[in-house]
Amino acid sequence: MKFEKPAGINPIDQLKIIGKPTDRIEGPLKTTGTAKYAYENNQEVTNVAYGYILGSAIAKGTITRIDQSAAKAAPGVLAIVTAANAGTLNTGKFYVSRFLAGPQIDHYHQAVAVVVAESFEQARAAASLLKVDYKKAKGSFDLDAVKDLAQTPPPAQFGPPPQTLTGDFEGAFKTAQVKLDETYTTPDQAHAMMEPHATIAKWEGDKLTCWCSIQQMNWGVRDLANILGIPKENIRLIASYIGGGFGGKGTVLADLVAASLAARAAGRPVKLALQRPLMFNNTIHRPKTIQRIRIGADHDGKITAIGHESWSGNLPGGRTEPATASTRLLYAGANRMTRLKLAVLDLAEGNAMRAPGEAPGMMTLEIAMDEMAEKLNMDPVAFRIKNDTQEDPEKPGRKFSTRKLIECLQTGAEKFGWEKRNAKPGSIQEGQWLIGMGVASAIRGAPIAKSAARVRLDSSGKITVETDMTDIGTGSYTIIGQTAAEMMGIDLDKVTVKIGDSSFPESPGSGGQWGAASSTSGVYAACFKLRETVASQLGLNVGKAQFSDGKVSDGDRSFALGDAAKNGDLVAQDEITYGELSKEYAQTTFGAHFVEVAVNAYTFEIRVRRMVAVCHAGRILNPKAARSQVIGAMTMGVGAALMEEMVVDKRVGFFVNHDLAGYEVPVHADIPYQEVILLEDIDPTMSPMKAKGIGELGLCGVAAAVANAVYNATGVRVRDYPVTLDKILKNTI
Amino acid sequence: MEDENGFGGITRREMLAGTAVAVTALAITRVTGLEAAPAAPIVTPVESAGVSFSVNGKAVNLQIDTRTTLLDALREHLNLTGTKKGCDHGQCGACTVLVNGRRINSCLSLVLQHENDSITTIEGIGTPENLHPMQSAFIKHDGYQCGYCTPGQICSAVAVLEEIKAGVPSHVSADLNGPMKFSNAEFRERMSGNICRCGAYSNIAQAAAEVAGVEG
Amino acid sequence: MKSFTYERAETPAQAAAAASKPGAKFLAGGTNLLDLMKLQIETPTHLIDIGRIGLDKIEPTPDGGLRIGALVRNTDLAADLRIRADYGILSRALLAGASGQLRNKATTAGNLLQRTRCPYFYDTNQPCNKRSPGSGCSALAGFSRQLAVIGCSDACIATHPSDMAVAMMALDAVIETVKPDGKTRQIPISGFYRLPGKTPHLETNLDKNELITSVVLPTPVGGIHVYHKVRDRASYAFALVSVGAILFKDGGGRIALGGVAPRPWRVPSAEKLIPKGAKEFASRLMEGARPTKENAFKLTLVQGTIEGALTENRS
Repeated sequence: MKFEKPAGINPIDQLKIIGKPTDRIEGPLKTTGTAKYAYENNQEVTNVAYGYILGSAIAKGTITRIDQSAAKAAPGVLAIVTAANAGTLNTGKFYVSRFLAGPQIDHYHQAVAVVVAESFEQARAAASLLKVDYKKAKGSFDLDAVKDLAQTPPPAQFGPPPQTLTGDFEGAFKTAQVKLDETYTTPDQAHAMMEPHATIAKWEGDKLTCWCSIQQMNWGVRDLANILGIPKENIRLIASYIGGGFGGKGTVLADLVAASLAARAAGRPVKLALQRPLMFNNTIHRPKTIQRIRIGADHDGKITAIGHESWSGNLPGGRTEPATASTRLLYAGANRMTRLKLAVLDLAEGNAMRAPGEAPGMMTLEIAMDEMAEKLNMDPVAFRIKNDTQEDPEKPGRKFSTRKLIECLQTGAEKFGWEKRNAKPGSIQEGQWLIGMGVASAIRGAPIAKSAARVRLDSSGKITVETDMTDIGTGSYTIIGQTAAEMMGIDLDKVTVKIGDSSFPESPGSGGQWGAASSTSGVYAACFKLRETVASQLGLNVGKAQFSDGKVSDGDRSFALGDAAKNGDLVAQDEITYGELSKEYAQTTFGAHFVEVAVNAYTFEIRVRRMVAVCHAGRILNPKAARSQVIGAMTMGVGAALMEEMVVDKRVGFFVNHDLAGYEVPVHADIPYQEVILLEDIDPTMSPMKAKGIGELGLCGVAAAVANAVYNATGVRVRDYPVTLDKILKNTI
Repeated sequence: MEDENGFGGITRREMLAGTAVAVTALAITRVTGLEAAPAAPIVTPVESAGVSFSVNGKAVNLQIDTRTTLLDALREHLNLTGTKKGCDHGQCGACTVLVNGRRINSCLSLVLQHENDSITTIEGIGTPENLHPMQSAFIKHDGYQCGYCTPGQICSAVAVLEEIKAGVPSHVSADLNGPMKFSNAEFRERMSGNICRCGAYSNIAQAAAEVAGVEG
Repeated sequence: MKSFTYERAETPAQAAAAASKPGAKFLAGGTNLLDLMKLQIETPTHLIDIGRIGLDKIEPTPDGGLRIGALVRNTDLAADLRIRADYGILSRALLAGASGQLRNKATTAGNLLQRTRCPYFYDTNQPCNKRSPGSGCSALAGFSRQLAVIGCSDACIATHPSDMAVAMMALDAVIETVKPDGKTRQIPISGFYRLPGKTPHLETNLDKNELITSVVLPTPVGGIHVYHKVRDRASYAFALVSVGAILFKDGGGRIALGGVAPRPWRVPSAEKLIPKGAKEFASRLMEGARPTKENAFKLTLVQGTIEGALTENRS
């Protein structure tokens, strides 16, 4: 099915099942510990051995020697894999990381060896017996120090162009009546998903099956084939349940490669999980940015010039953190400029984390907007509303497919009680606590990609859906089931959803906020085809056939749906592809975040007291799951605002706080009741589902709303995240 | 497939370990499904010791590598994979189980420390066909997303309600000597050893409030 | 984790005797020891599980104090009605630490003996004088935001992570022990911890294999009991600064700090300045501080936290 024109009325619009706040269909499994995650697929393998990775002790240099004698002699050891015996290994196409070091070391905790033993305890103990000699080399670990050496990166597959210019930014900024020119920083952040990267690898001849934990099965197969130098056809990846990803499990990382190599070396299936303290320096992360924002406006608060520059670093060939993305579309202004610069750093690879670019970009842009509103003596909500635009500010005449930013801000302000905010910082105190309120806009692109599915009807009228889409906590199982049930006119419990298997038809997987909209559209296409097959099988008029209540009718005649499969299951497979609508329209999601904080007047401890989010993100397929995506993102935003930072030791070249005690993420006590308002939106330019993603939108702007609230509480403007009490203390004395 | 006791059909084979320290090691082999394929014999020496305890009401005797944590014993030897390994260092709470009714991090406990203990894992709290009220409330309030921290959250939440009933105070209890009552703030403080990176906290608190019978 | 042999001791005497085995270590709750063994920061070759030797009661002493068994779990200690009523600072400190799960497992003695959370101590690739004497201190010119500002040395700026011990310091607790030869002794907590100097790997004045059997709290002293733990996230985090205070009606008090030094930090001779206010008291309390650039804020924070505690509880 090719989607080229805005969708008209279709079976999804019945909204009998789509749009309902259905409980997740896999809930009984997840809440009872019955859902199997990668490392837990014990039933699939016999005689499994255990792998354990030894990470590099240095950040940059070469391995001169590995003495394996003690490790080899250790109890239970079956094999030791190093670069010396692993064979040629290439890289994947999304990450530039090499997953086995040697002789070069590219970054700290890069895998140096994989030890395979009969038990986990034996593998772990033997790994510590490897004696590795290194020759250290000088590395580059400090973005501030190499900022001026940063280059303009080549155009990237994802993200904005490295440079954009509309009108005369420099001239307009120079002559603006009111100006802001500030520099902000966002730190290196970790995905810190709860399930570590884990794989069980099993070879049968030259066929490799891996139970793993990755978000994009198609990329996973492509990349693992590339890395190991084997045909894609020989690889099957299975990820029925994934314990969180947030971009940190996009495709193949060290666990998949190490387990595959280890299983081959040991001649047995191998299970391997990255130990938590290894994850922070071994895998990928959201890289640090330095961002300069310039805004010029006239006295009435109309923006005349807006410029956003961002510097980040990465391993050679790695991607640029595209922090300028949101600034291109969020506010009006005739004269605009964005610029990305990339430096070389020898830290672990920087790559996608939930709303890459847009999350860190909005962390800073929305503080800048708060600062600008204050300079203009305007209310921050009013300032944002005044600079709303209903067309792409870089391409006048190109409309947004839907855009209700103003309504998001107004609805949120009312629900939150924004009118109670005192614009003068530090003016509200309750006991020992200073109270502040902050706001930020939210914006996140709404990409959609081709996606395929297969649907099978049996004679009892039940439907089985298969697609290689994954569920990383997003609700994929449920919304895919809801889509099929709506399309086929059956109850949700008549649908079995099978996902997370690369042998199923290809979807774009979970990432970039495209998963829900894309994968359900693929299921729509397959179901559309199945409806035709059913109608023709039953001799019904295809155009008139109605599917509802488990029946098919064309007005004259009616059959039970299962009757069409009386002589055998009916199977339909299709893929949805897209025309040019995404070029014709700016397809984007919008929102607004409102936050109240309390800051202790003596210690400057910061606690979030209230949070309200309003989102405008296309048709909401399941309000319960969508709301959860948003509250989860709001929680991650609180972490980004107040605590999350991987600290670089610039002498040694590594992230020092590389565990979950050192890298703090929010806990229950940090998060109050969160209110989410989902504005009604149907975007027919997107797909037949008329839906967009929401999971990344929920994060964009949250941290800035918190930071702005802290400013309102204390009068101290912190421009370097995370906003911690020491940074406030330093500015109050 | 799991047997009715939820142990996935474990067999134990005694192996003579012939080690320098003259301990007798028993290799515990996992058997998957109904096909009890024999494991390769383990001939390597390990320091091992015996321990007996009960899991979800079923008696267990293990002769096991002394280094094995309760968490790894459950997951790798008893096929009870509902208890999760998130950090293996007591920093996330995904491995929470109940020992004699009290919640602990099973990753920071040697299985040998549990002689005669009565252990309850998520599999013993409820099953898909027979959910515990806390599990039902988590489903109703969407108190989970990826599901990986969820068993630990549920075990912890069940224990927290008991701790409040038993009058155990918390960091946020205004009066240490007064009666303890469920509140949103009390629950959140007590649950802070269970990290949920998906950020389902707000919903988890509502689920627990419903089970506690108070307004969230 | 290195392989080790394991035995369950039945009595304190048996445990103490077993400790003479080479490479032996006591295992109580295990919440810190096992963590460190997994990383091979601790590498015992023989573990003596003392979890079932008794020592798990809280009993009155003849002079009106309480004797806390070494193996009383942190949860039970915090919840004990006598502790809550008369030693609130101790309840509060315990409840500010770790998580419910960890407090259910961790013991009184284990809490006293827990080791630093300095990130360089935890990474065996990095030099650390505490873990590997003579290798150097990575933290001194490294990431030190969390670390000590006073009592530390050029060899080590690690902090002691316990909250419980801060309260015990304010309460003048006494630690009781038994040695492998059966001899017992009492050590006031003020003399229990060592400062790092040039030997940061030596953390307490316990002899090798000396077993803590109990902690004695003297007669209750009354007053208002406060424990304010300052940290970035609201719970389940180690202190940037913590203030344990017992404040008396006459304006006097006792104040001990956590998060600032290699041991719970208290300077009794400074306490006469408490009535003069946080600024004067804190500057005397922190006299000789030698912070790094990254953790100098702790000096301001100490004063602010004390001021907040004094203000709230004197108003």
